[in-house]
Amino acid sequence: MANPASVNFERDVSKALNDAQLRSNLKKAMSSLSLKRKAIFPDKTNFEQLRSIGNSIRRRALSKLPELLEQLEQKCTANGIQVHWAETTADANQLFLDIIKSHDAKLAIKGKSMVSEEMHLNHALEENGVEVLETDLGEYIIQLDHETPSHIIVPAIHKNKDQIARLFHDKIPDTPYTEVVEELNAIARTTLRQKFFAGEIGISGVNFAVAETGTLCLVENEGNGRMCTTAPDVHIAVMGLEKVVEHLKDVPPLLRLLTGSATGQLITTYFNMITSPRKAGEKDGPKEVHLVILDNGRSKMLADPELRETLQCIRCGACLNHCPVYTRLGGHAYGYVYPGPIGSILTPQMEGLDRAGAMATASSLCGACEEVCPVKIPFTKILRILRNESYTAGDSPHSVKGNGYKKNLAESVVWKGWATMNTSPALNQMSTKMLGMIGAYLPKLGPLKNWTSVRTMPKFAGKSLHAIAKERGLSND
Amino acid sequence: MTSNARESVLTRLRSAVQQGGFVIPDAPEMPVLEWTPAERIDRLKGLLENMHATVYVASHTEWVERLKEFLKTHSLGNVLYAPETPLGQTLASVWEDDLPQLIGYDQTVEECKEQLFAMDAGITSTWGGIAETGALILWPSVQEPRLMSLVPTVHIAVLEADHIHNTFSEALSAGQWQDNMPTNVLLISGPSKTADIELTLTFGVHGPKELVVFILDQ
Repeated sequence: MANPASVNFERDVSKALNDAQLRSNLKKAMSSLSLKRKAIFPDKTNFEQLRSIGNSIRRRALSKLPELLEQLEQKCTANGIQVHWAETTADANQLFLDIIKSHDAKLAIKGKSMVSEEMHLNHALEENGVEVLETDLGEYIIQLDHETPSHIIVPAIHKNKDQIARLFHDKIPDTPYTEVVEELNAIARTTLRQKFFAGEIGISGVNFAVAETGTLCLVENEGNGRMCTTAPDVHIAVMGLEKVVEHLKDVPPLLRLLTGSATGQLITTYFNMITSPRKAGEKDGPKEVHLVILDNGRSKMLADPELRETLQCIRCGACLNHCPVYTRLGGHAYGYVYPGPIGSILTPQMEGLDRAGAMATASSLCGACEEVCPVKIPFTKILRILRNESYTAGDSPHSVKGNGYKKNLAESVVWKGWATMNTSPALNQMSTKMLGMIGAYLPKLGPLKNWTSVRTMPKFAGKSLHAIAKERGLSND
Repeated sequence: MTSNARESVLTRLRSAVQQGGFVIPDAPEMPVLEWTPAERIDRLKGLLENMHATVYVASHTEWVERLKEFLKTHSLGNVLYAPETPLGQTLASVWEDDLPQLIGYDQTVEECKEQLFAMDAGITSTWGGIAETGALILWPSVQEPRLMSLVPTVHIAVLEADHIHNTFSEALSAGQWQDNMPTNVLLISGPSKTADIELTLTFGVHGPKELVVFILDQ
């Protein structure tokens, strides 16, 4: 799944749809997450007000992105945090390797981070002889099974406790089979404690980076993130360059929106704000803190006035939980690390439409994602732009990587004809009349055959609405 | 590689920003939430308890007795404390032989890591609390290091009631945090927890299994 070359969206979709266990695991989990979110934002007016604040904070940050990143770098550096920049995921992985090698370290302990999944960081480090251990319980579970996360917040949500029980029993030495969640939890605690003790390098993501103070904020419930950022000698944090916010006072509303939208919590167990490595006289904390800032296509998104809204995302996962497509497929069928509505708008822009354009089709455009999005990302607008871009190259205001991959003469001709028919009154009148007469007898070929294989063919009315209105003497207004 | 990457990324970002078209809607102000001091205590206590913390509200004179009762009824072998803080000095002066052994965090982690990871409880002060979302604010320091509230099995936190703020935003501006951020600040709202297996909420994953809070009221 980690290898994009193996992505076959149609095949993986039908595999997911036919997996009864997966469907039932997902259905239970997604409806529960939706209900929890609803309960934490009970008042529509308050929620709208709060998300207007969130939207404004994120838009303001994006409008000043270069200066805020420079300010962040300057503040971090002054605080003793070493800042590194990476254009591509390969560059970012190399930065990690260089830092780790400079300490001769062999064991890295890692907190949950989606951007590190985007980089396939674990793979890059392991190839170079560094053991990387995921310490978030969900991430630990899927790492044991050599899988990728299927959800950006609850990565092992596709598995039920029986499957996890079997996995622990098979993969962790001397572990009895148990389906009791508390016992599975205890097994993970004991196993990982030794690693927290021994870990030389701690790796984390960043939820918000505050330019004003050079502070890295991390949101979590388990305490593994605190372990990774406190116990080892070296902490390396990695963030997509859009994660920066201007002021410290921007943090509380975003935090409230993030935890409420993600898991229906007023606040997570821990909110961890890191502003420097261990200072003179302090008894613990890493002696070195590094921050890797990754671009990987984000600066290109920022250049497009419409597509840049993708970068407002705070990675809460609410769009996944409410998406009728995601809740039936789960994350793996999408083939890339970011699934669901956010993945469908983000991944094609990162990977190119020619590779990941199919993801933009994985939506009914119902708009549920837009209704719940805590920062008001216009998902359906962006999805439509990406779908159009799939057919357009050269003559569009957008220039999404890999665009025009679906462009073909037959479709161009059909759509040109459609446009002409609907912009010329005489042609329109004639063709609607014709369809009324012969529509039912059209041969079911090509796309029409595909369409009607699972749907009833629409019946064309004998008379158009326009004609009926005219007969009844209704005027245009 | 890095310096080139920095320049290329920033150049692309600057030219992206020059494309313009940024619309930044006026954001409404954050709703002002205010409770009376008594309501703040009640709300914080209630929310922490919902998250499975144990909360005692006690006066400055009686809280130590409540702590002793707690320690005597729980089988804890030792308690980690910060000898140089006012709280630490109080604890040392009232400690009794029949209580768990009081151990000071007075070396660097390198010198005592094994012992730290084996501690049964850690007792810390707090910078304040947040009534709205139910959280403690911890401000670790030279005297009171970061791991004290993380590696022991039980975290005991002591909070002055008049340090409870209505909201996180209010705490930020009251303390002028933007001008004096320390190495690490933490908000803590309960014992460590997870719902990663079938969304079943379970407590005590990697951090403390129990959070015990003493709110000191007048």
